[in-house]
Amino acid sequence: MLQIPLWKRVVIIGLCVIGLGMAAPNLFYNRVEGHNDALRTLERSGALSDEQAAAKAAWPDWLPSGLVNLGLDLRGGAHLLAEVHLSEVYKARMDALWPEARKALSGERTTIGSIRRVASPDGELRIQIGNADQIAAAVAAVKALATPVVTLTGVGQSDIEVTGQGDTITIRLSEAEQAATDDRTMQQSLEIVRRRVDAAGTREPTIMRQGSDRILIEVPGIGSAAELKSLIGTTAKLTFHQVVGRSSNPDQPAGSGNVILPDANTQGIYYILDQVPVVSGDELTDARPETDQNGYPAVGFRFNPTGARAFGDFTQNHIGEPFAIVLDGKVISAPVIQSHIAGGSGIITGRFSSQEATDLALLLRAGALPAGMTFLEERTIGPELGADSIAGGRMAAAVGFVAVVAVMIASYGLFGLFASIALMINIGLIFGVMSMIGSTLTLPGIAGIVLTMGTAVDANVLIFERIREELRTAKGAARAIELGFEKAMSAIVDANVTTFITGVILFVLGAGPVRGFAVTLIIGILTSVFTAIYVTRLMVSAWYDRRRPKTIEL
Amino acid sequence: MAFRLKLVPEHTSFDFFKHQWLTFGASVAAVIISIILPIVMGLNFGIDFRGGTTIRTESTQVIDVASYRQALSTLDLGDVSITEVFDPSFRADQHVAMIRIQAQGDTQAITPEQIGTIEAALKTADPEVRFISTESVGPKVSGELIWTAVWSVLAAAGAIVVYVWVRFEWQYSIGALASLVHDVVLTVGLFALFQLKFDLTIIAALLTILGYSINDTVVVFDRLRENLVKYKTMPLKDVMNISVNETLSRTVMTSGTTLISLISLIVLGGDVIRNFVLAMTWGVVVGTYSSVYVAKNIVLFIGLDRNKKPGDPSDKFFTEGAANADH
Repeated sequence: MLQIPLWKRVVIIGLCVIGLGMAAPNLFYNRVEGHNDALRTLERSGALSDEQAAAKAAWPDWLPSGLVNLGLDLRGGAHLLAEVHLSEVYKARMDALWPEARKALSGERTTIGSIRRVASPDGELRIQIGNADQIAAAVAAVKALATPVVTLTGVGQSDIEVTGQGDTITIRLSEAEQAATDDRTMQQSLEIVRRRVDAAGTREPTIMRQGSDRILIEVPGIGSAAELKSLIGTTAKLTFHQVVGRSSNPDQPAGSGNVILPDANTQGIYYILDQVPVVSGDELTDARPETDQNGYPAVGFRFNPTGARAFGDFTQNHIGEPFAIVLDGKVISAPVIQSHIAGGSGIITGRFSSQEATDLALLLRAGALPAGMTFLEERTIGPELGADSIAGGRMAAAVGFVAVVAVMIASYGLFGLFASIALMINIGLIFGVMSMIGSTLTLPGIAGIVLTMGTAVDANVLIFERIREELRTAKGAARAIELGFEKAMSAIVDANVTTFITGVILFVLGAGPVRGFAVTLIIGILTSVFTAIYVTRLMVSAWYDRRRPKTIEL
Repeated sequence: MAFRLKLVPEHTSFDFFKHQWLTFGASVAAVIISIILPIVMGLNFGIDFRGGTTIRTESTQVIDVASYRQALSTLDLGDVSITEVFDPSFRADQHVAMIRIQAQGDTQAITPEQIGTIEAALKTADPEVRFISTESVGPKVSGELIWTAVWSVLAAAGAIVVYVWVRFEWQYSIGALASLVHDVVLTVGLFALFQLKFDLTIIAALLTILGYSINDTVVVFDRLRENLVKYKTMPLKDVMNISVNETLSRTVMTSGTTLISLISLIVLGGDVIRNFVLAMTWGVVVGTYSSVYVAKNIVLFIGLDRNKKPGDPSDKFFTEGAANADH
């Protein structure tokens, strides 16, 4: 009656062995971590130092090497939540559209009269024309610049909306194009943040999109959020502009289509520049630290073909005139063009230290962030706090485990021992599953595991209490055990499904450490139902088969 | 018979309705007080919910809160609170303080420059000071976090009520809802009363309490449903008493083992998660109480339609599932 078919026994034992095998590397955390780090270096650079080779050899390659990731609150590190200013991209798009619109309208100048860009809110382009009665023709001319949007939802829409009122044409991005642009901006920002963080060589950073305009960045092991910010926060937006004039007055009217920007090195010097850049950093293919002819640190760069052509044309037509290299809204240098630069490469000189030159080259190589970011949330957790927390959690778990086992054995004797073994396997399985899916253990997660120890025995308690009841009605031992398992089932299922629901909601709505807690809670429910029902049953039936007791004590 | 620890005697026949006006009245009173307390005293919201910055410092010297305050007073940071943290797990020369600074500006988190000046100022007050963790949340995010938190508690309670409704009957789900509200409100009340820091992790604790409390309640309900089939003519109140008595041993065992684990966390787990664990411990206590004294009382008030054919089709599934597991 209590027989469990062979295949079922094999499956149960197999799952336990696999789970515990997956959990095992966590017992040798540092060694396995060293091994994994060495493997990663090998993959990236193809070579290992002696030290790394030793680390790699410390853990055999054929053993499982998945580890539970430690959350920031346990390992220490930095966490940032950044908001991307999506609308900045609209503004850039409109600024870039102005020369095109001017060109399109100048063809119609005979009918529409003068063309002038007028002040407008960001993300809009407003053009005033001389003959207000010809506005329809002007709108039509601008509309010809529109291209269809290629997105699933935006079918049939064009990328810009052009309206005319009085003598003014207003151009803005269509909704479909805004959505598409937002998406591209986020993808690009994510990619660039990822590249910059990776370039710093930190271990397992988490970089992910949150909501429509946010990026969550978590980097374990980094000293502080400020450090992380300086790594990713620098926009490194590089542009090359035509210089219109110089000034010492920051408030001097720059004239239509021009901007006034400060010099990066000398206070009180301002450059008046054409607002529309000749070439921008997006067109760079390479940047590296170099030295200029005087031996000072500089940054060498190379453009892609489009950039090279634009830069070549510009330098050819403006020999003898200065042009400005603008980085993040400051003019870092404004050399005079000596000759036609055809190859699309050159160097930026400024007053860099060699470290600055290296950093700038790295930032330029990674590419510019398409839009600025505001940091909404930042957390720095020191490694010592995490180490204390791990030590505390481990101690609490050990004491809790011993106490729970003591109560279970005192209450249910041999069956309590079975439940305790199942509990031990359960904890092993939690770690096994977490290592397998690479989820992150946080401090609340440790609390979740300790809590699971308390509740995991619940299913066994339900079963044992039920067996006791069945024994009282004087059924045979085997029958009582069987009925106990069977009748406790519905309560076990209901009780665990409801807890599971709260776990899922915690996971969906929670963030960071709370999410880590939800993961351990959910995994804990699944593994505890498995161990409490199947593993315990296996032990009980094996014991029963061997002893065949007439009566059982419970 | 071998020795067995029996937390609850084998046969109990407590009348859980004997003092029902007292117990239920106490629950209602406690709920009302727990609603009034946060309104009158306010909750001690952490930076997750109201924005701002907390800095955890550690020093080998005894912390002189006044000198810290002095050092920061010139920086024009607005509301600053400094509390010393004590914990049995600290070493003798480990002195920890938590400094909380109100949100600066209206969207952003604190800037590295501001943190730099704060840290420099504290260094002059105590050269030994080290900065263990710094967390800063901008008001924009904290406002959203409050709503996410409220939503998650409501969503969890709603999902549980629907599940109980589907698996049992609507009367049960009202009873379950009442006990959930009871537990959550009482926990929030405790945090208001002792002005414990209320942050995101406490919301996680509240959701765990929901899960735990319903777990307990459902076990009682499950037995009640079974007994209603067994004792067809017995008054509902008596069937309820039998059901609670039959499951009492299990209720006490499970609460006991859970409390043991939680208490070991409170004592040994360190100060960072103490409030979180405290909330859960309290929740387990009130959750156990509410499943015995609140949930079924509500069901009794509403009454059950006992003429319905026994054995809801939905519980067939699980008994069959269980039977299959035997072969």
